[in-house]
Amino acid sequence: MSDGDVLAVAEHRRGELRPVSFELLTAGRELADDLGGDLHVAVIGGDVDGFGERLNRAGVEAVHTVEEGEEFNHDVYAAATAALAGSVEPSVLLLPNSVNGLDYAPAVATRLSTPMVSDAVDLTVADGLVVTREMYGSKVETTVEVAADPVTVTVRGGEWPPAEDHGDAEIIPFDVDVDEASMRSTVRGFEEVGAGDVDIGEAEFIVSVGRGIEEEENLELVEELADTLDATVAASRPIVDNGWLPKNRQVGQSGKVVTPTVYLALGISGAVQHVAGMKGADTIIAVNTDPDAPIFDIADYGIVDDLFEVVPELIERFA
Amino acid sequence: MKVLVTVKEVAEVADDFEIEGLTIPEKFLEYDLNEWDDYAVEAAVRIAENRDDDVEVVAVTVGPERSEETIRMALAKGVDRAVRVWDDALAEADLVEPTATARVLAAVAEAETPDLVLSGVQAADDGFGATGVALAEHLDYGWAAVVNDLELDGEEASVRRELEGGVEELTTVSLPAVLTIQTGINDPRYASLRGIRQAQRKDLDVRTLDDLGLDPAVLDGEMTLSGMAKPESESDATLFEGSPEETAAELETVLRDAGVGAE
Repeated sequence: MSDGDVLAVAEHRRGELRPVSFELLTAGRELADDLGGDLHVAVIGGDVDGFGERLNRAGVEAVHTVEEGEEFNHDVYAAATAALAGSVEPSVLLLPNSVNGLDYAPAVATRLSTPMVSDAVDLTVADGLVVTREMYGSKVETTVEVAADPVTVTVRGGEWPPAEDHGDAEIIPFDVDVDEASMRSTVRGFEEVGAGDVDIGEAEFIVSVGRGIEEEENLELVEELADTLDATVAASRPIVDNGWLPKNRQVGQSGKVVTPTVYLALGISGAVQHVAGMKGADTIIAVNTDPDAPIFDIADYGIVDDLFEVVPELIERFA
Repeated sequence: MKVLVTVKEVAEVADDFEIEGLTIPEKFLEYDLNEWDDYAVEAAVRIAENRDDDVEVVAVTVGPERSEETIRMALAKGVDRAVRVWDDALAEADLVEPTATARVLAAVAEAETPDLVLSGVQAADDGFGATGVALAEHLDYGWAAVVNDLELDGEEASVRRELEGGVEELTTVSLPAVLTIQTGINDPRYASLRGIRQAQRKDLDVRTLDDLGLDPAVLDGEMTLSGMAKPESESDATLFEGSPEETAAELETVLRDAGVGAE
């Protein structure tokens, strides 16, 4: 791989840069060091001057600001990112593996005819770029070598610490000519979901339930436990997808972030999207039949057993 | 109106499995229709059921003969006909990059000229999450990724995109378009016995890359799988062992110490 530059594209929503933007700077700086190149950052749309100032962190050579629209629109992002890549000529294009990242990264990769590797959890450089990523729902970790320049990589949030120190980057406005005819989507607005009777974000004790509950009727047992413990019932995504509990009970990346004193996870495997919503709990307790379930990696206490055996015993003790 | 739905048969690994070199032996794998694609199939079939005009729903998969079982499931749920793409070049490829899969699917889509393409957000096995949007780009269609609500209105699709943190984006996309479908958008039906019987009589067209006018070189990628391992457990959890009575007693102590159950 040549002594290539890295171009990282920041993400913002409703006036705020999202945390992954600053994590990308750390990942990008480490990678640029390995490659012997510079770190370029781009911010597209919104308050680009304010965002540009905040993205000016140590190790960033240049911040490219693209004044184009207020919010994320993938037609604009794909056009601007492809144009910037043509101008900066980076060896690696780093984008967030977020919902919006996945909404334009594959288009950019296709447009630039680069390979695309998504959801990187580690990046190193050997003969080419070596990307570590997970398969089979985090049960398998793989490394993928990419012998191409440039490469488009999306980076998982929460894997790199955010860049914090202020830097002395050059702020460079970049004009992009977005072809109106190529604009096929229009963002009409945003809506908060999950308002309801209970705010699990405020709960002190949470009993949370996942796929391991098997049947909707079995939720009664969990509700009985929550009543007994004076706790709040929450759930992982599949339970909400099934319509067994409302959306306002969903914990995770696309649901609520919770910070209770105790988070009791019943039959939850601990997918990375779920963990993102509950890792801030003071004490995490997991009950799961699979000893290799990722939930045990972040739990403080664990029981490898059937929740249908353990929960009735627990109810009896607190009743 | 024609709706094309892309489906993939994915491998699920058993709780206990081994890795041999860069593969997981077959005995540890079970195959099933990708969960996200199941929701996409349901969304496609509902469009056909709810519209007054004639809607044809076609499923397409890139997969070996074994995957016909999976695609028959889509046919049993109401898909009208199916296309499966496979040949020696695909069978021999170690790692087909999502942009290459998109290119193959695009060749099918170009022949079918659908108004709408529905695809799962990601596949449960490799989890790239890139095929649908790359497909849209190859076709020069509009697109929306991570869609959890969909309404068709004339030449437009009104969708909700599920962003992080309980926020949904309301977006309109001009047709033709590719939408990548998130789980939870609907409640996928089970295939009825009647549906399963009918599926046996529906067309399942098998095509090679050559049939689609594609050179096997479209599969030549620049990515090589170089390592595969079970992630090292970072667990420092205190595990309670014993009978349910014993583990529940230990758990009670932890909960009471944390203030649970205090009046």
